[in-house]
Amino acid sequence: MSEIALPAVVAERQAGRAHALGRFRANDRLFAGLTRGAAILVLVLLGGVMVALLVGAWPALSAFKLGFLTSQIWNPVTNRYGALAAIYGTLVTSAIAMIIGIPVSIGIAVFLTELCPAWLRRPIGIAVELLAGIPSIIYGIWGLFVFAPFVQAHIQPAIIAAFADVPVLSALFAGPPYGIGVLTAGFILAIMVLPFITAVTRDVFETVPVVLKESAYGLGCTTWEVVRRVVLPYTRVGVVGGVMLGLGRALGETMAVTFVIGNAHHISPSLFAPGTTISASIANEFTEAVGDLYTSSLIALGLVLFVITFIVLAAARLLLLRAEARAGG
Amino acid sequence: MLNLAAAGLAVAANTAGSGAQTISGAGSTFVNPVLSKWAQAYRQETGVAINYQSIGSGGGIKQITAGTVTFGASDMPLKHADLEEAGLIQFPLINGASVPVVNLPGIAAGGLTLDGPTLAKIYLGTIAKWNDPAIQALNPSAKLPATAIAVVHRSDGSGTTFIWTDYLSKVSPEWKDQVGESTAVQWPVGIGAKGNEGVAGTVGQTAGAIGYVEYAYAKQNKLAYVRMKNSEGKVVSPTAASFQSAAAGAQWDKAQDYYVILTNAPGAESWPIAGSTFVLMHAKPSDPKASVTALRFFAWGYSKGKQAAANLDYVPMPDSVVKGIEAMWAARITDPAGKPLYTAMK
Repeated sequence: MSEIALPAVVAERQAGRAHALGRFRANDRLFAGLTRGAAILVLVLLGGVMVALLVGAWPALSAFKLGFLTSQIWNPVTNRYGALAAIYGTLVTSAIAMIIGIPVSIGIAVFLTELCPAWLRRPIGIAVELLAGIPSIIYGIWGLFVFAPFVQAHIQPAIIAAFADVPVLSALFAGPPYGIGVLTAGFILAIMVLPFITAVTRDVFETVPVVLKESAYGLGCTTWEVVRRVVLPYTRVGVVGGVMLGLGRALGETMAVTFVIGNAHHISPSLFAPGTTISASIANEFTEAVGDLYTSSLIALGLVLFVITFIVLAAARLLLLRAEARAGG
Repeated sequence: MLNLAAAGLAVAANTAGSGAQTISGAGSTFVNPVLSKWAQAYRQETGVAINYQSIGSGGGIKQITAGTVTFGASDMPLKHADLEEAGLIQFPLINGASVPVVNLPGIAAGGLTLDGPTLAKIYLGTIAKWNDPAIQALNPSAKLPATAIAVVHRSDGSGTTFIWTDYLSKVSPEWKDQVGESTAVQWPVGIGAKGNEGVAGTVGQTAGAIGYVEYAYAKQNKLAYVRMKNSEGKVVSPTAASFQSAAAGAQWDKAQDYYVILTNAPGAESWPIAGSTFVLMHAKPSDPKASVTALRFFAWGYSKGKQAAANLDYVPMPDSVVKGIEAMWAARITDPAGKPLYTAMK
């Protein structure tokens, strides 16, 4: 009986197993397909945005050619448009935001992971995360009604007076103190990018093996030396990633900047003067833009921002690759 | 925006159920408050729903040209050639005004008087201090500080800016040459602020600032407005009466396509910085029934919507002008065969 039954059972079991394996394979394939689809979707979307921007920007680009990038004339009356003032404003405000934001963010992250007493860690961490959740329009309104008057009354007069006789700085910080302007926009952006950079850097700082840090401390390193020689080199890639995330937000931020930058299509040597950014110009002018060339120029601005973001990201990658090659790893 | 669209859909669904009609329009944000008010009352009276998307004048012009809406609304009138090309007619629906506001210590609302050329020089940057002789001459008794003038303007494209720059162009050849008039211009000096609230906020916080806002906004927020010397040399305050005078004094019937901008209008009582929102419609509509329904709605607004408009601090069109507009509808809006629609279905 058993001699007869056994092969049948085995065959049945094998069939069952084959069936199950087949199902697993099908599931795997489905899963792989879905994830691949998601990844391809991103590429398609990106390509679609790029094509749409190119098509929309074409009338402006063919009318102004390279002059679109080198002229700071932005005149809806005569229908002549140049992006230079907006590009300048975008880069300068983002640079100010990074100059202030990166050291403060890394400082917060170092404090939270290395120095902070355990009971304070969660409240500060949550506060930083809450900062990330505030809508940008709130930053804008706060910037216009609270921060700008403060800057106008207390910070700008002091800076103007302090640097009045210093050759370069006096031009960089020339009055009149409006309160709103390129520098104020940079400040607001710095506050807005803080939580992004802080959250990422804190998370990567926590991945540093304790044994590495303990060894360094054991050799007599100070906390500064541990951070400088162990933590930062170990987490380089992650930190740069966090900074890029922040920079991306700073470059593209619209609402908050629109409120406090002064929205003037001029390039002024003074950081206190009003300026504009690419995204602020688009947000301000798109609804009431009459005429194809005007609309197209605004879309071309969008294309320029797209390209700037791409260049910045590519440059960051390159920097990282070179740093890694130098570090031998 | 999503909410608006959703509300529009809900309205459309409701009326479809009751067998009534829905008219769609798009454009100027400036007229949205009064159009919404009218639409609400009109729907209660007639069951006809008006679905207006306040997406901005530029968007309104695009949508009516493409024929996706029954009417468009623009704060800046279109030129004859553009109307011809798109097969559109235009007429003024309602009037509003821009008002200069200042933040000067010791100067209350109406405490400062300016004239057009001086205002243009301030906005050109050639007058940069408050105690400039030109300003002092207009205000002999005022104590003006020696501080810098902080010029504030709109950063977003706006009908208020169009009226403002059109006025400056009319009174200052220099302004016309260097800047010109549009819903957005290349400002020689100053800081840009978003919306009436942005301009009011920036002026309110900056000592020595001057800006301009829509009249309704200045009135409701009790801002320190400036009195203006008008085209006849009289000093006037921004009031409903001085706007009405400007609207009544204009030569509407003589202008082609109602291309009239109420700036620097004649009349001793006229406020010089006023303008209208214009409705754009197809002369030979693809859906005649919808167009006629929209015209009936506008006729209703002209006659029965006056009080509602005045409550919102708009200035209604004078009756004499409305008569001319309705005659124009009867003459110009026709079916493909050229048969007048407005009278035919009345």
